[in-house]
Amino acid sequence: MNGTNLRWLILVILITIFSIWVILPATQGIHIDSDNDGKPDINLNVKQQLGLDLVGGLRVLLTAQLPEGSFTVSDMQQTANNVAKRVNALGVTEPTVQVVGANRILVELPGVTDEQQAISTIQQTALLEFVDFSGMSSQISSLTGKKILTDYQVKNQPGANAAGDHAVNPTTGQPFTTVITGKDLQSAAAQLQTNNQWVIAFQLTSEGGAIFGPFTAAHIGQPLAIVLDGTVLSAPTINSRLDTGGVIQGQFTQQTANQLALQLRSGALPIPLKVDSAESVGATLGQQSVNLSIRAGILGVVVVLMFMLIYYRVPGIAADLALLIFIAINMAVFKIIPVTLTLPAIIGFMISIGTAVDGNILIFERIKEELRSGSNLDVAIDEGFKRAWKSIRDSNFSTILISFVLFLFGQTPGASIVAGFAITLALGLIINLFTAVIVTRTFLHLMVGLFRQPLKERVWLLGV
Amino acid sequence: MFSLVQKRRWFYLFSSALIVPGLIIMAISLFTTGSLFHLSNQFVGGSQYELKFTAAGATEANIGDVFRNSGNTDLSIQQVGSPSDFHWTVRANFQDQATQDAIIADLNKIAPLDKSSLQIEQVSATVGQEVTKAAFFAVILASFVVTGFIVLAFRQVPNAFRYGVCAIIAMFHDVLVVAGAMSLMGLLFHWEVDALFLTATMMVVGFSVQDTIVLFDRIRENIPKHLGEPYEVIVNRSILETIHRSLAIQLNVFFIIIAILLFGGESIKQFIFILFIGLLTGTYSSIFIAVPLLVSWEKGEIPFVNRRRPAALKPSEA
Repeated sequence: MNGTNLRWLILVILITIFSIWVILPATQGIHIDSDNDGKPDINLNVKQQLGLDLVGGLRVLLTAQLPEGSFTVSDMQQTANNVAKRVNALGVTEPTVQVVGANRILVELPGVTDEQQAISTIQQTALLEFVDFSGMSSQISSLTGKKILTDYQVKNQPGANAAGDHAVNPTTGQPFTTVITGKDLQSAAAQLQTNNQWVIAFQLTSEGGAIFGPFTAAHIGQPLAIVLDGTVLSAPTINSRLDTGGVIQGQFTQQTANQLALQLRSGALPIPLKVDSAESVGATLGQQSVNLSIRAGILGVVVVLMFMLIYYRVPGIAADLALLIFIAINMAVFKIIPVTLTLPAIIGFMISIGTAVDGNILIFERIKEELRSGSNLDVAIDEGFKRAWKSIRDSNFSTILISFVLFLFGQTPGASIVAGFAITLALGLIINLFTAVIVTRTFLHLMVGLFRQPLKERVWLLGV
Repeated sequence: MFSLVQKRRWFYLFSSALIVPGLIIMAISLFTTGSLFHLSNQFVGGSQYELKFTAAGATEANIGDVFRNSGNTDLSIQQVGSPSDFHWTVRANFQDQATQDAIIADLNKIAPLDKSSLQIEQVSATVGQEVTKAAFFAVILASFVVTGFIVLAFRQVPNAFRYGVCAIIAMFHDVLVVAGAMSLMGLLFHWEVDALFLTATMMVVGFSVQDTIVLFDRIRENIPKHLGEPYEVIVNRSILETIHRSLAIQLNVFFIIIAILLFGGESIKQFIFILFIGLLTGTYSSIFIAVPLLVSWEKGEIPFVNRRRPAALKPSEA
């Protein structure tokens, strides 16, 4: 064994040990904080993500029910944020809420059992209230951003009460009084006034105006709180009677004005969402699928290992070791990236296992040919690897390209299962370029180095 | 030496026997339903329910009534596995949440449902159209990739066009066999073409082309080594030299695929089955279609493309 091979051997062993360590269920990641400043220098989380089809749960694709162009990207993001808040309130572990394309939101709720409740919670629109803050001028700053309880909430939201973090009116000890809600708003928009101040102009419905007009007339000079989903956003002061609409003044920037206008709108006229596709998977079903495919996978791998050993003998041992290392590296990479494992993703991985020994077969067949044509052992091995390399590279490359096409196809929300398959397959093929060639060659050289004489005398050990 | 290519007409005949029935089934399906296959709701929109009851009581009739009462017209109800599994698959229209809730509640009245084994998929027509569009795009892109790969593989070879065309014909052969198998399964077991079927087909195309290229590579290598030998003999030798590795490689993928087919979950069996058929035909077509076609071409047996002597009109595959 020469020095180059020894270096490769050490590298292969190190990679293998690292991979096995990553795969261990107890491994949560690498967190190194050398200067103990609380900010880790290396912060690598490793956790195997499992797809909804394996853990059970709900996946919903929601589409905006407004014509495209009538809302902006940030409106959509804001809507998604609202959805995320609601989802968090459901207590789901690791929910995903993301904007997809221009007008869609994808929500994934692993482990959700009551999908009816989940979907209705998501679709429910934000509750916007204008709340009477008379006599509260001094406490506005301490209440802004806090949750408060109103009589409207008590009446319309079963379960809402003073218990918990919802503040009540400190002067009366009772819930605050709601004047009007988002239903009474017709529109709201950010506007730049001539004095360069950003304000929010809003229009009331006629029913809203009938309540708001008399109320504002009676409370001029008093603050009025704008409350979204129970949280006080701001509390501007009433300057005049408002019958049809008005202007909210404050220290707004363009951004904050737009944001508040949107929040007002989404109470009045949210970006209504409709369910475009939904998929719910029972938890038992998912677990069964995992168990069955793992069992099938192990069986398949054992047969492949035996085949390589019987058919190629000593080189077969090298190929088997390389295959086991291939599996270990793949599983480690899935945890590190992380790749969310779905059933198609597991199948993609298994097929990559099936094709992982392709490279070895190409190499070993070449070596056999060289040996038969009279080359000596070392030359035959070198030639085998050299000549097979082009075929291995080409075939892996073409399948990687195909999986790239499949990955693009899988970007369509309705065909997302294909993406999982494509990712694991492509990763397998890339890792295979390393294991089938470098790892196998290292082990083969090692074995030839250790057992040169017996191998020369008994060529059947090389599968010839 | 045993000669495979001499029997090439039998292989052409055999392939025709594989492909033609599939084409007929697809044609019938096109005329009766308007599409070549049963299309899954991933493409056309709709809902799919996987129902598992914990006790007897459900029949096709009373399940159907529940769905029809909720305004579903386009229904397909099937029992899965053995009757004692109480497992049903139902396809219906796209429904909103309220309708879906009502259906589940009503089904629960027929017989207790195992809620933790419930699987429901709702796809709106819009999403279906998008998936269809993306699928067309993917197929076109894949065709470019494969063609590009073939052009690249044969760029410095005499008669490159000929090799390329034969590889592509073998590829179409495999696609047709797979499509035929799918249409047959659709007819017999209501299998549906979904995104995974498309995935399997693209994988098959990739494997098929690779297999053919490896074989053609060997033929090219052997031509200068055995100058003076008839083309047929060189080709035969090349097949025999590569058949070991071809079979060894396919065997390993088959081990995995058969294991999944036998012991894997229900939901991916269609995908794996199509892949299995595709890999079989992929290996077969490289040896028994692509290479014999090369020989036929060389010997001027293919009508219209021969320049050396008048075409002897023999049945050919295309």
